[in-house]
Amino acid sequence: MDLHLTAAAASAEEQAAIDALLGEPESSWDGGARQIERDGRAVFGGGTARSRRHLLLPVLHAIQERIGWISPGALNYASVRLNVAPAEVHGVASFYGMFSLSPRPPVTAHVCDDIACMTRGAGALCAELEHKLGPAGSPSEGGQTIWQRSACLGLCERAPAALISAAGTTARERVVAPAATENLISTMQDAVNGRLPAEPDTLSTKLSVPQAGQAQLRLLRRAGQVDPSSIEDYLQRGGYEALRRSFELGAERVIQEVIDSKLLGRGGAAFPTGKKWEAVHLQRHLGYPHYVICNADESEPGTFKDRIVMEGDPFAVLEGMTIAGFAVGAQKGYVYVRGEYPLATERLNHAIRAARAQKLLGQDILGRGLRFDVELRRGAGAYICGEETALLNSIEGYRGEPRNKPPFPTQSGLFHLPTVVNNVETLINIPEIILGGGAAYARIGKGNSAGYRLFCVSGHVVRPGVYETPYGPTIRNVIDMAGGVGGTGRLQAVLLGGAAGSFVSPMELDTPLTFEGTRAIGATLGSGVVLLFDDSTDLQQVLLRIAAFFRDETCGQCVPCRVGSVRQEEVLQRLVRRQTIGSVAEERNTLQEIAQAMRDASICGLGQTASGAILSAMNRWSLFS
Amino acid sequence: MSEPSQAPSPLIPVPRAPVPQIPAAAPRREIEITIDGKRVAVPEGATILEATRKLGIDTPTLCFLETLTPVNACRVCVVELEGSRTLVPACSRKAEAGMAVHTESERVLLSRRLVLDFLASSVDVSTAPTLRAYMEQYGARPDRFGARAQTVAQAPKIDNELYMRDYSKCILCYKCVEACGVDAQNTFAISVAGRGFSAHISTEFDIPLPQSACVYCGNCIGVCPTGALMFKTEYDRRAAGTWDETQQTQTDTICPYCGVGCELTVHAQEGQIVKVSSPLDHSVTQGNLCIKGRFGWQFTDSRAAT
Repeated sequence: MDLHLTAAAASAEEQAAIDALLGEPESSWDGGARQIERDGRAVFGGGTARSRRHLLLPVLHAIQERIGWISPGALNYASVRLNVAPAEVHGVASFYGMFSLSPRPPVTAHVCDDIACMTRGAGALCAELEHKLGPAGSPSEGGQTIWQRSACLGLCERAPAALISAAGTTARERVVAPAATENLISTMQDAVNGRLPAEPDTLSTKLSVPQAGQAQLRLLRRAGQVDPSSIEDYLQRGGYEALRRSFELGAERVIQEVIDSKLLGRGGAAFPTGKKWEAVHLQRHLGYPHYVICNADESEPGTFKDRIVMEGDPFAVLEGMTIAGFAVGAQKGYVYVRGEYPLATERLNHAIRAARAQKLLGQDILGRGLRFDVELRRGAGAYICGEETALLNSIEGYRGEPRNKPPFPTQSGLFHLPTVVNNVETLINIPEIILGGGAAYARIGKGNSAGYRLFCVSGHVVRPGVYETPYGPTIRNVIDMAGGVGGTGRLQAVLLGGAAGSFVSPMELDTPLTFEGTRAIGATLGSGVVLLFDDSTDLQQVLLRIAAFFRDETCGQCVPCRVGSVRQEEVLQRLVRRQTIGSVAEERNTLQEIAQAMRDASICGLGQTASGAILSAMNRWSLFS
Repeated sequence: MSEPSQAPSPLIPVPRAPVPQIPAAAPRREIEITIDGKRVAVPEGATILEATRKLGIDTPTLCFLETLTPVNACRVCVVELEGSRTLVPACSRKAEAGMAVHTESERVLLSRRLVLDFLASSVDVSTAPTLRAYMEQYGARPDRFGARAQTVAQAPKIDNELYMRDYSKCILCYKCVEACGVDAQNTFAISVAGRGFSAHISTEFDIPLPQSACVYCGNCIGVCPTGALMFKTEYDRRAAGTWDETQQTQTDTICPYCGVGCELTVHAQEGQIVKVSSPLDHSVTQGNLCIKGRFGWQFTDSRAAT
């Protein structure tokens, strides 16, 4: 393509950041120096050059990490290296929250002020930071640092949480959780002085997985026990036995076992996993490549289970993906990890390298002729990319806007080829099913809610963390498992399923946490969030934060969600401030209508669920009436 | 002495065999669906929108255009499909045998009305007659969100002689991006940038058009449904209060510049050309033109100077 670029040129450092990822340019056609004898007589470009568009997100990450922002010159160079029009590169870069298109201090502290952290002092923390460093978004430390308010960072069990990222030749990130003003500011100073440790987090699994080491655990049995960096340790603890067993069973039997297990997707949509696998498997005769994608873009406020699995047991994720690849006939898998999860990214990257070295990924897995490899892709701060079709667009190098369904990813997925997209928790159930048998797995749990489930318990609770249980316990059981109600000790509300879920009242605690049980009270399990609020919490402020979350995170593609999420927040603000247009009843009616239009007419699940929690609270507690 | 030259070979080789013919497309299978209780047969692959139009049911559309890939972003065309949890966009959802569709249910009317409320409360719709007609039809009440509702109001961008961009009128239908991109021009001068309510159409870093890849084909103006993109001539006349469509004539003619044969529709007022468009259904242009056909008519007024 004939690119039209402005005169802005990339600095040597910006070029180096991109070349480190893509290699040196081959000719002046893709950004190198002009060599008239060579370049003038051949065209280097066309389909081959365009086929690298999927590297756009990694390229933008490379610039952001090295420089701290993406300049017009760097954008031009990215554009010419990948043969993508600069307007399109700009469109993609401006979509993601982690990229800055204007100069920004190299050290950024993202301080979570979302609902889980609200219950544990995020408000006071932000107020102190404002006092000491100035308002959010203003540079401090002589222009070397900046702090920003952030949506949920997925560190809810250690709230309040913050994430510090430092750009530079060796970019570093550091999780600060629980965060206090002093440790946050001192870590920011360490980052400025290049003194951040290589490891982005000091994870105490015992804190995140209070059940760690208990005998009954299946999904979490290795969490906190296994050395997450050692494939040998994983193998010694039963790792890859399920893959070996899968080879004995054959692809069809594996899929049958997964169907028999009644495993439903754990990302929130609860689609039967076996059906997805079968749909892709059945298209093998068409001869197109198939893909397996692990959706690890966990961003639902209050959700952190996938992070803990990836950090604590990364090989289990790879084994689940490899079995999926074997079953559906895919040779390539992508794991799309949330951008705000540096430790999970590092552990998975290490696990991929270790698995390749042990021939557990690659051209001939376990000497059985299976070809399957996994590539890790980092998200860049967009909740919407957890929606599976937005995730596909994001990997392909487009804006992370959801696609209309049908066609579903199993028919037309990544690069418009048949694709299985499974959540992290879904995939780590696969070895259990393969080794124990689908029928046996289906008997675990209750009714159609089969198997084990991870719950993310946080907020006003004594021992926040990820808890595993077979389906069946009630909300009360899970709260008891976590040591009971914290804070004032008097429960006001529980949020099930995250910001896209719904509130339940203390009267409903005997509801079983199953798909059927929650549906019966008009709630949803979603991603397994159980977020507690004590009676000191101002629920109206929580609702406002949820509304602000959706206003920030809507991709803006469809009208109901783009404008509806803004209007919803505006109505809520008017109700909270008692400055209604017309009567309160009229405003409540407006809110109901906005909600219905968003639920009915939005393209994807984000808009369809953006009002659920707010309406559930309004109806349960007759708020504002 | 030079060799006697050979007779020149024809530039276009004469085929040795009969000229290959494009095989006639196999007739598409007809499928039957039910819309508002009426049965209608459409060819396989047709959309619900095509089926409603076949029945003469008026389905509103804003981001849809026959010559562009449906992006189903505006959601004003949603219909109720039995068995579907949510409403579905008629413009892009393919008809499947046995579908039962409702276009006038409460849910459909509410979503359409709210979409129009949302747009009209955030965007200046003063030059979008189609949208305003839909608002009338569906009883939209954008004022219900109050005078302080957030809008996309901003100053118009006038950075060249040929056309201007007023993004306070933009409903983000994606049509201009598609026309600038793979659906017509393949220039990629503009893209959607930003996210959420601040998503907007933009060149890279919002540079002025003359610095961008824009080739001034004006195909984006041709598809804009709200007047956010407008000929400078029209914009100036509107500003001066001398734009009067009732006084305008439309004359179809062939572009005089090259041999492609694009059809032009010349819009003139008081004997002066005020803008040029091209019919969407014309086999050569499908509504698209280049800078010369679209803008290269100022010479017609130069007689006055001589």
